[in-house]
Amino acid sequence: MSEPTVTEKPEKPEIPAIRLEHITKRFGEVVANDDVNLTVYHGQILSILGENGSGKTTLMNMISGIYFPDHGKIYVDGQEVVIRSPKDAFQCKIGMIHQHFKLVDIFTATENIVLGLNEKGRFSLRRAAERVREISAKYGFELDPNKKIYEMSVSEKQTVEIIKVLYRGADILILDEPTAVLTPQETQKLFAVLRNMRDSGKAIIIITHKLHEVLSLSDQVTVLCKGKNAGTVQTAETNEEQLTEMMVGRKVTLNIDRSEPVNPVDRLMVQGISCKNREGTELLHDISFTARSGEILGIAGIAGSGQRELLEAIAGLQHVDGQILYHNPKTDQIDDLRDKTPVQIRELGVRLSFVPEDRLGMGLVGNMDIVDNVMLRSYRKGKSIFLERKAPKSLAEKIIRDLEVVTPSAATPVRRLSGGNVQKVLVGREIAASPTVLMAAYPVRGLDINASFTIYHLLNEQKEHGTAVIFVGEDLDVLLELSDRIMVISSGRIAGIVDARTATKEQIGLMMTKNTKVQTQEGGAADAG
Amino acid sequence: MMLVSFLQRAIMQGIPLLYGSTGEIVTEKSGNLNLGIPGIMYVGGIGGVIGAFLYEQHTDSLNPVLAVLIPLFCSMLGSFLMGLIYSFLTVTLRANQNVTGLALTTFGVGIGNFFGGSLAKLAGSDIPSINLTKTSKYFRTSFSGAKDLGWFGQIFLSHSFLAYAAILIAIITSFVLSHTRVGLQLRAVGENPATADAAGIRVGRYKYFATCIGSVIAGLGGLYYVMDYANGVWSNDGFGDRGWLAIALVIFAVWRPNISIFGSILFGGLYIVHMYIQNLDVSGQELFKMLPYVVTILFLIVISMRRKKEAQPPAHLGLPYFREER
Repeated sequence: MSEPTVTEKPEKPEIPAIRLEHITKRFGEVVANDDVNLTVYHGQILSILGENGSGKTTLMNMISGIYFPDHGKIYVDGQEVVIRSPKDAFQCKIGMIHQHFKLVDIFTATENIVLGLNEKGRFSLRRAAERVREISAKYGFELDPNKKIYEMSVSEKQTVEIIKVLYRGADILILDEPTAVLTPQETQKLFAVLRNMRDSGKAIIIITHKLHEVLSLSDQVTVLCKGKNAGTVQTAETNEEQLTEMMVGRKVTLNIDRSEPVNPVDRLMVQGISCKNREGTELLHDISFTARSGEILGIAGIAGSGQRELLEAIAGLQHVDGQILYHNPKTDQIDDLRDKTPVQIRELGVRLSFVPEDRLGMGLVGNMDIVDNVMLRSYRKGKSIFLERKAPKSLAEKIIRDLEVVTPSAATPVRRLSGGNVQKVLVGREIAASPTVLMAAYPVRGLDINASFTIYHLLNEQKEHGTAVIFVGEDLDVLLELSDRIMVISSGRIAGIVDARTATKEQIGLMMTKNTKVQTQEGGAADAG
Repeated sequence: MMLVSFLQRAIMQGIPLLYGSTGEIVTEKSGNLNLGIPGIMYVGGIGGVIGAFLYEQHTDSLNPVLAVLIPLFCSMLGSFLMGLIYSFLTVTLRANQNVTGLALTTFGVGIGNFFGGSLAKLAGSDIPSINLTKTSKYFRTSFSGAKDLGWFGQIFLSHSFLAYAAILIAIITSFVLSHTRVGLQLRAVGENPATADAAGIRVGRYKYFATCIGSVIAGLGGLYYVMDYANGVWSNDGFGDRGWLAIALVIFAVWRPNISIFGSILFGGLYIVHMYIQNLDVSGQELFKMLPYVVTILFLIVISMRRKKEAQPPAHLGLPYFREER
């Protein structure tokens, strides 16, 4: 970890490549960045570390011209600059590589790289390809300039994106979670290239929440916590524990009422489920846990660690290996729900409710009104060939009344409601089915504090009714105060299941970012190399 | 001898389709699915007719250059305006492209028939058709030595300037699309406008230009039909379903105007092959007229099964582009 070459840099009295001073950015009520400072020098790699929603990407988007800061100043090479568009950013020699690639699928690498450029002279793809080869050779990329994007692996696409900004002469590179989509081997290659670029004097900012990457790659770390600077440290002088502590921040008390579970019964037994995506990457690995009635099981983890696939597997939307056993309280039977469709699951008499994270995609139909959305769960009822609209209508009105949904009427398309009200409609509908298992993925994402508490209250109420609640959350404070037990998952594996009454934020934060075996090895190899 | 005249007629049938499909390809490359092409070709035709009619009424001795330029200009102006309406509705107001296009087709056919009818009235004719043989003669001027060159001359050299222009335009369009910066950027807009936008390309502007230029090219197909193919006789609904054939040809040519050149002759041939088969009754003729569409459907099945990325329509075809706001 302590490479002597790394520690020399910061003492130099040179002008920083980029300096941010007191940057603040608000989105409506939400403060995404609050008085953030940051400095990077040429020939340095800076990591920006923070949890989901801590404002890392927002901050970088302000440097790359996508957002404009409400307050604060940006200096490039000591000069104050105003960056209002990606073009301005390029003029300042800033290039950002986004998490989602912006590439045209049927174009070659070269065509994508020169897209939008107005170079002098005749348009020649051959000459451009030559320059792409030069850049590749200089920094150690492996790229065929004439390969089509749709034939490329994710890592090759990322290479195209990086070369794209280098081709435009960027001196300051910002990479937004570049390793999220890469295999360990590809990550190592990327890091090697980034070190080459650092050594040739580029300033590099990398956004990440993987601690071992921060420690093995960067020279300096700036930690953001809830939109604020939590500190800047030299990588060589820090360790995982200190960074985690800075990242999760101090504990906040929320005063959510938490009752003791009343005679919990094992309701849902998940045994050894695994699944892979189409590319063959493992998304879930041997996940086993039990959800009990009258209990809230919190699920904590970095976004994209497999939470979505896990819930979809239980809901019957995702094919997995393993077993998902459901203990039916009425018949006392045990059924395997694996690979059954949602309709089959319902026909088994399983009352399963699912509040997906994608409210207006998977949860509700935006263009339909509240009554129609409520009816999506009950349209099979009734014998007549016409739809039974009375019951759903009164249910919709009940949801509006009980959950205080702010809407002109039950006939308003849900798309026109605010996020909090959309979520109330969705949760209200799912709860109305009086479920025995209720799964909620990020149910308070984007909601204000009052709406959030309404949702917490509803989940607690379900728990008291004896429902087994599975709650996927991102705010550790909430998870700690709402759940009875917390299962922490990291890269598709269970990192541990802890008692929420005794666990601490730091403990969970460390488990979330804990390296799995594979990653420890490559992390170690990176340090050695 | 029959084969020679068949091929010559096939080319003449194909030229309006070639104009239409080249125009539609340019438009579709920007991501705009312009189903208004049949209407636009109609407007292109009637525009030329109006220009020629007014000029013929104005003077008795036609100046050959003006007799060509006036109808040409009127035709281009008409189809340009149609393209402008389409762009304004779909790009600026983000209206649904299919609905807008179909509305324009209905509108264009209506305009054509309306003005066709009124001009016929002005000319004092009983039937809704206008005779512009004088103007047509200038349009149909062709290479005089063609007759001496036998079958070769008849097939390849007997055509008018608009026919060669169609082929030239198709070749130029092909080159621009695949070998120039503008073409690359236009294709990027149709494939992935968000990426194009991020690369600093003015997406809306490209869509406007491509649609209007495409409409003008397509409109020339209508002009060719009236002035060359129909010998300057405009009759209402005479243009038939050639506009739809042009759109089918776009698929057949896998969005490449150079393939469209051969495709148009093939389609033209299939369209008239029934006239060269003896003893066909009316129902048989209609079955034969179906051939181009059958070929297109079969072709669609084949290219969909092959799943070759380059043979697919532009990825963002038919979809409006919103810059993400937040």
